[in-house]
Amino acid sequence: MGVSVRIDRVSKSFGKKQVLKDINLEIEEGMIYGFIGPSGAGKTTLVKLIVGIHAPDTGTITVLNKKVPDMDLFRDIGYMAQSDALYHDLTGLENLKFFASLYNLSKKEQKERIEYAAGLVKLNDDLKRRVSVYSGGMKRRLSLAIALIQDPKILILDEPTVGIDPELRVGVWNELKRLRDEEGKTILITTHVMDEAEKCDYIGMVRDGTIIARGTPAELKERYGAESLDEVFLKAGRSDK
Amino acid sequence: MRTAAIIKRICIEMMRDKRSMALLFIAPVFILTLMYFFFNGEPTDPRLGVVHIEDSLVQILEEQEMEVIPFEKGDKDTVLAEDLDALLVYENGAYKLILENSDPSLANTINLKVNQSIAAQIRAKLAGQLGINLEMDENLVVKEYIYGDADSGYFDILGTIFVGFFVFFFVFLLSGISLLKERTSGTLERLMATPVRRWELLTAYLAGYGVFAVIQTLIVVTYSVTVLDVVLVGSIGHVIIINLLLAFVALTIGMFLSTFASSEFQMVQFIPVVVIPQILFVGIIPLEWMADWLQVFAKFMPVHYAANALKEVMYKGEGLHAITGDLLALVVFIVVFIILNLLSLRRYRRG
Ligand SMILES: Nc1ncnc2c1ncn2[C@@H]1O[C@H](COP(=O)(O)OP(=O)(O)OP(=O)(O)O)[C@@H](O)[C@H]1O
Ligand SMILES: [Mg+2]
Repeated sequence: MGVSVRIDRVSKSFGKKQVLKDINLEIEEGMIYGFIGPSGAGKTTLVKLIVGIHAPDTGTITVLNKKVPDMDLFRDIGYMAQSDALYHDLTGLENLKFFASLYNLSKKEQKERIEYAAGLVKLNDDLKRRVSVYSGGMKRRLSLAIALIQDPKILILDEPTVGIDPELRVGVWNELKRLRDEEGKTILITTHVMDEAEKCDYIGMVRDGTIIARGTPAELKERYGAESLDEVFLKAGRSDK
Repeated sequence: MRTAAIIKRICIEMMRDKRSMALLFIAPVFILTLMYFFFNGEPTDPRLGVVHIEDSLVQILEEQEMEVIPFEKGDKDTVLAEDLDALLVYENGAYKLILENSDPSLANTINLKVNQSIAAQIRAKLAGQLGINLEMDENLVVKEYIYGDADSGYFDILGTIFVGFFVFFFVFLLSGISLLKERTSGTLERLMATPVRRWELLTAYLAGYGVFAVIQTLIVVTYSVTVLDVVLVGSIGHVIIINLLLAFVALTIGMFLSTFASSEFQMVQFIPVVVIPQILFVGIIPLEWMADWLQVFAKFMPVHYAANALKEVMYKGEGLHAITGDLLALVVFIVVFIILNLLSLRRYRRG
């Protein structure tokens, strides 16, 4: 298995505030990598740097052996932002079509992908309605569908399951696992939900802009002699100081 | 392909936004109509009271388009009580004119007319004594007009100028707010995570809003020319070229300034700074009357160039050669602000 994402000595500040400090990280192809950490730790910032919409102050990021930013990479990365970035005056379908048309897909491909993505998040019945009348969860689901629209090799999902009901959440997770197993996709997600973190193959714990602990969920629990990831998190935070 | 997709999206969003459509197409027509009635209204004759004035002078005064009302005697109180604009009294061999003067320009006009009338009466008396005919022949001076004709009014000039101003104002507001919405809703950042290039985004915005600017121009010009009788001597194609360029200036300025606004209200706050000063430089007040430093200021006002060009084409009927300079100036504005926009989008990414 090759390396999908490589982060090398990356730092990022906003004004005087240093948000990411000297991050080094490698993410292998075909795994689900979870970032957990308290609010304001820098997860979203890290994820945006990997997507390539912000540039690091120092250090380099390589995705699929290409140095970020690279215009070709945007085709390979499906990004779901933490806050829904949708056109509210358009219908769900029009949003999907708009984003699909940014990726040179054929008409047939477009139709298939829209059907697949909308079906996955169970939005088929609401596609003809304007996004302005969508519920919070519906908007989340539409954002997730958009992230999948061009069938990218890498999925980067910033808190994808917030506001999505438990049943659909299970469905989404099953699909993420299927994408990993059957299509070999690499998936990066950030989450605050510990039992979702348990489902990741590998975890990076982010705190104050550094990764304080990393490993598979089982490894982490063993290393810190903890019952749950919550406990790992507390202990890792303490030993760090 | 991607540009086309963004243009299509902009059009759908605009068409669904009924208020913006009304702002773009109905508001200018409404304001122009108001201005039309405002500037073409017939002024009522000023009311002039007279005391001890000879009939021959009263007759001359009446010919001067004044309503002359005789009184036995009168003073300041008469003016106020009788709602007069002025009172002309002859006593002890001298004329006295009491002016109400709540409207100084009207008072000036009356003053002028009264003086002319008195002079005319004296001339007539002298001529009578000498036995010569001093009747003025109306057609003694033959008038020729280079531009317009005897019926040209203030509104013919203003109408043409404002056609350009509306395009600037509404396109500035709509495009600025629309790009601001893209920023605050996160869709701009989201677009930066797709293969869209910055220049594709800008091109799409120019084309998308350009379409609406052209439609607005067509509506406003057609309406002004057919209904409001504004002169259009030159070609409407040239008018559209001018307004399209001006719309692009408004668009690129609006988009650029939206970088510095964090809410729609803050965007509106740019109006007094960016839009209102433009009105002062469109030619309502001739540029030559302004102080030198103000004339320099005008050089930085895009609407100034557009208004100039519109006047050349619509009123004077000139062709492209007469407006090349103005069009070039507009192009310079566009290029400068496109570059600034491309640079400001670098906040997100290169390319
Ligand atoms: N554009 C920005 N300008 C200034 N500061 C920023 C900006 N974006 C993020 N920050 C700061 O960077 C820090 C990390 O933010 P980030 O969004 O990465 O946190 P997070 O780990 O994703 O938090 P959460 O779990 O709440 O989403 C915060 O202190 C935030 O205030
Ligand atoms: Mg976040």
